[in-house]
Amino acid sequence: MKNRWIALYVENQVGVLAKVSGLFSGKSYNLQSLTVGTTEDATVSRMTICVMSDDITFEQIKKQLNRMVEVIKVIDLTNVPIHMKEILFAKVKDLKSSQIDEVFRIAEVFSVEVTDIGKDSVMLECKLTERRNNELIELLKAKFRNIEIVRGGAVAIEAISTSCR
Amino acid sequence: MDITGRKLFVKALREEGVDTIFGYPGGMVTDIFDELYKQEDIQVVLPRHEQGLIFEAEGYAKASGKVGVCLVTSGPGATNIITGLADAHYDSIPLVCITGQVPLGLIGNDAFQEVDIVGMTSSVTKYGVTVRDRNDLGRILKMAFHIAKTGKPGPVLIDIPKDIQVQAGDSEYPSEVHIRGYKPNESVHIGQLKKAYRLLKSAKRPLILAGGGIHIGGAHEQLQKFAERTQIPVVTTVMGKGALPANHPLYLGNSGMHGRYSCNIAVSKCDVLFSIGTRFNDRITGDLNEFAPKAKIIHIDVDTAAISRNVVVDVPIVADAKLALEKLCEWAEKQDTEKWICQIREWDKENPLEMRRDRGMTPQMIMEAINQSYKEAIIVTDVGQHQMWATQYLDIGGRKKLITSGGLGSMGFGLPAAIGAKIAKPYQHVVCITGDGGFQMNMQEMATAITQEAPVTICLLNNYYLGMVRQMQQLFYGKRYAATCLRRRKGCPATCKGPNDACPPYEPDFVKFAQCYGAHGIRVTEQSQIADALAQAKRNEDAPTLIEFMIATDELVLPMVKGGNPMSEMILK
Repeated sequence: MKNRWIALYVENQVGVLAKVSGLFSGKSYNLQSLTVGTTEDATVSRMTICVMSDDITFEQIKKQLNRMVEVIKVIDLTNVPIHMKEILFAKVKDLKSSQIDEVFRIAEVFSVEVTDIGKDSVMLECKLTERRNNELIELLKAKFRNIEIVRGGAVAIEAISTSCR
Repeated sequence: MDITGRKLFVKALREEGVDTIFGYPGGMVTDIFDELYKQEDIQVVLPRHEQGLIFEAEGYAKASGKVGVCLVTSGPGATNIITGLADAHYDSIPLVCITGQVPLGLIGNDAFQEVDIVGMTSSVTKYGVTVRDRNDLGRILKMAFHIAKTGKPGPVLIDIPKDIQVQAGDSEYPSEVHIRGYKPNESVHIGQLKKAYRLLKSAKRPLILAGGGIHIGGAHEQLQKFAERTQIPVVTTVMGKGALPANHPLYLGNSGMHGRYSCNIAVSKCDVLFSIGTRFNDRITGDLNEFAPKAKIIHIDVDTAAISRNVVVDVPIVADAKLALEKLCEWAEKQDTEKWICQIREWDKENPLEMRRDRGMTPQMIMEAINQSYKEAIIVTDVGQHQMWATQYLDIGGRKKLITSGGLGSMGFGLPAAIGAKIAKPYQHVVCITGDGGFQMNMQEMATAITQEAPVTICLLNNYYLGMVRQMQQLFYGKRYAATCLRRRKGCPATCKGPNDACPPYEPDFVKFAQCYGAHGIRVTEQSQIADALAQAKRNEDAPTLIEFMIATDELVLPMVKGGNPMSEMILK
């Protein structure tokens, strides 16, 4: 069992997202994240899907996706050089004035932007890999009492050069 | 010139060569019905319930080889066809189902008879969509027919809002359609096929397992030729029954949960299993770890997703059964299988497929009489014990076809599917074999049989029980017959252990039931009456004949493999 990534080109039509996600719930596949948006062609949407599965199930997932009429193309990203980023906002609240500096230091180390600030709150905007975002959340949780997180799920695209991740 | 949606719908039917549709009216399809009223060359079959309707369309599609077309209204009309959609999806039956929908502006308002039927059915249809723009209607209808009948056939649902039906728009019905996400496989990978044949050729104990794909692909001739040239014996699944004629010397019988002893042993002992058009459903494999443990497996299926899903195979081939077998026939050479076939025949002698003959009328006697009565027929079953007896004892193949609900196992399928088959083939004998449970699930369709002047012969095996479940209770649940006795009344003791003198009478009286519709009813209680009853039914061309066969309440379908057990562990007595 491990995380695997799929890029999925689908028809940009009503109900397609529901149908794709319905396949995962209906067949008990373990969906970790799913993002979707239109592509350079307005009639086509592209999904980035992360599933946790074993080899046999993963093969079956790809086949099941492939046989959906609305699915145009299934790309297995598991062993392909890709660029992958996830957007994440973190609000760190109830800060004493001494703690605000600490949030700024963390932002610097993680190379994320401070996008908003109040008298006792700081907001971070992160475009990191999913794993790096996880690490950031763990750190913020350990250090501060009151945080609020929203994350968008990863998007991925095949690399132009051959050694990215 | 622009035309209305309803006119374009009729045009589409005509272009697709549809002369019969199965329709039940309602508020959101009245416009389409009004248009159909004006057409002399399109017959509309009115059933008595939408579930009956879609089973009729399935029977029609199976018997005619054409796409079955259903037309129902929104809301309950649409939800009532869901069981049939799932049934057709499992058994790969081409259907185009049109549902009416509330006008576009009302969708989402919880309007009267509004349901999200496309959303509800997405997991049991091959494709489904709501038409949201009148100018898409032609293209979508063309897509529907194309998708339903190509590749692995299946049901397609097109939801048409009422305003789209009456709105004027493009009059064009395209002659072809390009769908970028849908490319059914139309070729065979020759390299894989060669690999498969080499493996098969090296086998000492080769076995062909033929499934429903042989029927769907129309590959009977090719299969027979291949089997004859190589001399490899053939077993079938329930859906594959008839892939090779029952009396063919290389045909061994059915394998699976209620398969023949020798066939299941042959599957466990073979060294190469050549399976074609089957998806290795749990009823065929039993315990997956013990399935064909000694065999290398070759698997041909048109559906990529069916391959290496349940059983890991050694040589996977995605192809249409007919194409693949045609190619294989070119290479096929005789193999020395004489000893192996003798061995299988020996196993069959050890435990032949046979019911007792010492007392009373058994289902086997009924099936044998049906075998003798009909040289050609379409035989349709319901679901349950009678279905298994039919697949065990009926001679299917050649001019005798079997239509049965295999994957979903929908009780209530038999009568309507038989009516649909009779509508498709009015000059062929259509025999519906059913049970007292399944028959009652759609017996309102008797009216459809009468009004459609479809004189089917209904062989109803009455054992007073929901026999298949009762059999499990009898064998595995200490004879605790929970909710399976159809005689049981409120006043019966809570823990009844089976029939006794105090049992209430059985209702309804099926003979009277038939008669109240103007059909014929015959009750058969003894073996000596079977042949006469069947002969009489054959002569009744004016109306359906229902023959009620009174069989023993405790009759079992044997052999039986308990769900999840290895196929070699059969209950024989």
